[in-house]
Amino acid sequence: MDKLCRIAVDAAINAGASYADARFVSRREESVETKNGSVDGVTSSTDRGIGVRVIAGGAWGFAATSELTESALADAARKAVEIGKAGAPTLEEPVTLSCLDPVTDHVPHTAKQDPFEVPLAKRVELLLDCDRRMAEAADVVLRQGLLLISRQEQLFVSSEGSEIYQERIETGTGIEATAADGSETQRRSYPASHGGQMACRGWELVEELDLPGHAADVAREANALLSAPHFPAGCFDIILDGPQLALQVHESCGHPIELDRVLGTEAGFAGTSFLTVDKLNSGYRYGSEIVNITADATLDGGLGSFAYDDEGVPGQRTMIVDKGIFSGYLTSRETAPIIGQASQGAMRADGWARIPLIRMTNINLLPGDWTLEEIIADTDYGFLLCTNTSWSIDDRRLNFQFGTEVAFEIVKGELGQMYRNPTYNGITPEFWASCDAISGKAPGEWRIWGVPNCGKGEPMQTARVGHGVAPARFRSVQCGAMTQQGGGDQ
Amino acid sequence: MMRREQVQDIAEQVLAASAADQTEVLIFAGDEALTRFANNTIHQNVAETDAGVRVRAVVGKRVGVASGNDTSPDSLKDLAARALEVARNSEPNEEFVSLPAPSADQRESVVQPVQATVDCDPAQRAEAVRTMLDIARANGLQAAGRFATAHTAVCVANSLGIRSYFERSGAGATVLMQAADSSGFAQAESEDVTQINAREIAEVAARKALESAGPRDLEPGAYTVILEPLAVCDMLYMLGIYDLHSLAHQEQRSFTSGHMGEQVCGENISIWDDGWDPRGNRMPFDYEGVTRQRVDIITNGILTALPYDSFTAAREEGAANTGHALPAPNSWGPVPSHLFMNTGEHSLQDMIAATERGVLVTRFHYTNMVHPVRTVLTGMTRDGTFLIENGQIVGGLKNMRFTQSILEALSNVDMIGRDGVLDGHAWAPALRVNGFNFSSATQF
Repeated sequence: MDKLCRIAVDAAINAGASYADARFVSRREESVETKNGSVDGVTSSTDRGIGVRVIAGGAWGFAATSELTESALADAARKAVEIGKAGAPTLEEPVTLSCLDPVTDHVPHTAKQDPFEVPLAKRVELLLDCDRRMAEAADVVLRQGLLLISRQEQLFVSSEGSEIYQERIETGTGIEATAADGSETQRRSYPASHGGQMACRGWELVEELDLPGHAADVAREANALLSAPHFPAGCFDIILDGPQLALQVHESCGHPIELDRVLGTEAGFAGTSFLTVDKLNSGYRYGSEIVNITADATLDGGLGSFAYDDEGVPGQRTMIVDKGIFSGYLTSRETAPIIGQASQGAMRADGWARIPLIRMTNINLLPGDWTLEEIIADTDYGFLLCTNTSWSIDDRRLNFQFGTEVAFEIVKGELGQMYRNPTYNGITPEFWASCDAISGKAPGEWRIWGVPNCGKGEPMQTARVGHGVAPARFRSVQCGAMTQQGGGDQ
Repeated sequence: MMRREQVQDIAEQVLAASAADQTEVLIFAGDEALTRFANNTIHQNVAETDAGVRVRAVVGKRVGVASGNDTSPDSLKDLAARALEVARNSEPNEEFVSLPAPSADQRESVVQPVQATVDCDPAQRAEAVRTMLDIARANGLQAAGRFATAHTAVCVANSLGIRSYFERSGAGATVLMQAADSSGFAQAESEDVTQINAREIAEVAARKALESAGPRDLEPGAYTVILEPLAVCDMLYMLGIYDLHSLAHQEQRSFTSGHMGEQVCGENISIWDDGWDPRGNRMPFDYEGVTRQRVDIITNGILTALPYDSFTAAREEGAANTGHALPAPNSWGPVPSHLFMNTGEHSLQDMIAATERGVLVTRFHYTNMVHPVRTVLTGMTRDGTFLIENGQIVGGLKNMRFTQSILEALSNVDMIGRDGVLDGHAWAPALRVNGFNFSSATQF
């Protein structure tokens, strides 16, 4: 493939490009889905192709093909140049890139146990075992399990002399149970909703999660939620568990720090950001003094970890929020010079057929000096909200609203009864300013949660990103929009 | 893009190579191109050519799926063998009965790609974008959006005799116009790129941006709201995904469970799905190759029918396959992807003139279902939210979050637009809704 990539790069330069890169991507995935004691779906997919990105006439052009022949690659390169030149007349300034030393590297995957070596029959049986345990534990109408494994190989070749081969293995799994009584439907999931946990790891992740050991509780809690009281409306102190806090970080911090979004290039689709460039280095307060957030592609096993991004820039660790003060963005070679920096290494594409965009790496709320147990004990009245069900945020990432599967009432420092249909909402900097306790002191509390379906761009691209978090408390948060919508009447 | 004969030959090669009891081949092939602009300049310009092959192998009640995009003869044989291997190593799905067989009402596709769309090149896309950018600059605005074209083919063949193939073209443009503290949006979709009027949508978006300048605050609460067609399409699409299909019904995760034949919203509302209606993104058959039937889902407010695929039809006594399958495996269900809502007799201006105090919403942003069984949806307004007083638009509003039951909203409609627009999977008119719940506000 290195030869085909070089042919594409050379053809682009010969056609008049001032810069060119070619990315070969080959992805193999296998998934198992079970539902109510049966195998609902088993798939084995492969996908490969090459995308050619050029700067021609000062403008970007991109063409991709799955036909891996010398002539098809040369055609794709010339097409990319034609496309770039067609858009050039609208430019006010030609595209310029921050400097980058060429790199030659070979980066193997880091999985300890290759999940593709685990027989399919064993993967199926794991989920069916969970299904049986859920069925025995409680009356639920729907029992589901999902296990996904993925291997990606990528070769990046640029006209600046870089040639980087990277391989990654990803594994994800989860179970959920849904209970219904004719007037209400409730769901519980483990270890997280929307497919569970996913990481840049191997079969060792599946073993650590111990799905069978949690299956019965998942079913019992789903069933118990049917008769739980409705979550009340009002302002409450809330503690968010890891999976929910991961999504809160994703939506209210991860997206607004994407510099392409900040600069307006996503305005027509996903929106812009309240974290405008004038706020950088101005002392802008994003959150309380205990809020420290990093963008870190170097963490072991994170779903947003990598050695090099899709421009050949090394993965890095950057402070995004330092003691509550906004301090950094996710950037690319094109956008970083606008704020006087070199690329922070966050350009990634969804496979071979898409152009790289600025994507989250692992966006992490650093651990605090509490344990979750201590935070609960310190809370006079409030709720522990667990496991996301719904999410929404405005197009500048200020007004958000989330729903979770369950809320546990806290009275005088002790966890109490379950409530159903909880929601909370707020305005991003006000919400993070109300954060007064972050756990992570106890072993295992701080964990990187994978988000495998982060959508962005046109054509739509899906990225796999991560969020390291430990449960945290937020004071006096508006709750219960669902209740106000008649959720308490039925 | 591959020719029809090439695509169909791939399908036959896979079927010939398969040793499974039953085999299905689904092929997507296409050319797609997109020019994206922002800050009054083109910043992304891409094209893609691909062909994907998806094979479903059935061994008894064991089902396996393999997919790939290498269409060489050896790879196709390997794909058929891989699907069979996956099926054999799986466990039976006791509720699986069979792949669909050809039916008497199998209809040949009437959809043909429009040559002008197929031939559209980067220079033509750039020209359309320049038209929109000129309008932005003339009004002191910043434009962002996209102009895209596609030529795609879908082919389904199975070992029971299904042979379905169609090609279509598609073109679409969106434009967001941004002013200092306001914005406006418009879009257009058509199979024929010459029907995309870049000037017209740019002028609509610019007018909205200028007229909503200096937006004021509005207290959250229940308001009379005029939802323009894009907002109604969004609501309709979410209702379709979560509630209006047979699997959600069977699994009791939809409001429809236990309520077939009942009045579920206002008598003035009818919703149906029709893959043959030229106002939508036509697709004459589903991803199992079965001819799509029109399904009248809600008729005069009464829940009357739901879309089915071969799996959900076989597990429910008396149910018939309506041709709404998604690509296998599909754990979500046969969602309606060509939704329509009835029109009424009012213009948007009629609705505004008849409103003493209310809110005009151009479109929603980031909608998400909070509670599918109660059809409670949340989301934000975006790109043109206006206050109406005494029958007139009096200015722009800062954006609002709604948390609202869709069925409740559809029970409180008292005026319906006389025409509609297409937004992806749904076609709908404007609606005036009383008592629409805005649960919070944002800062712009």
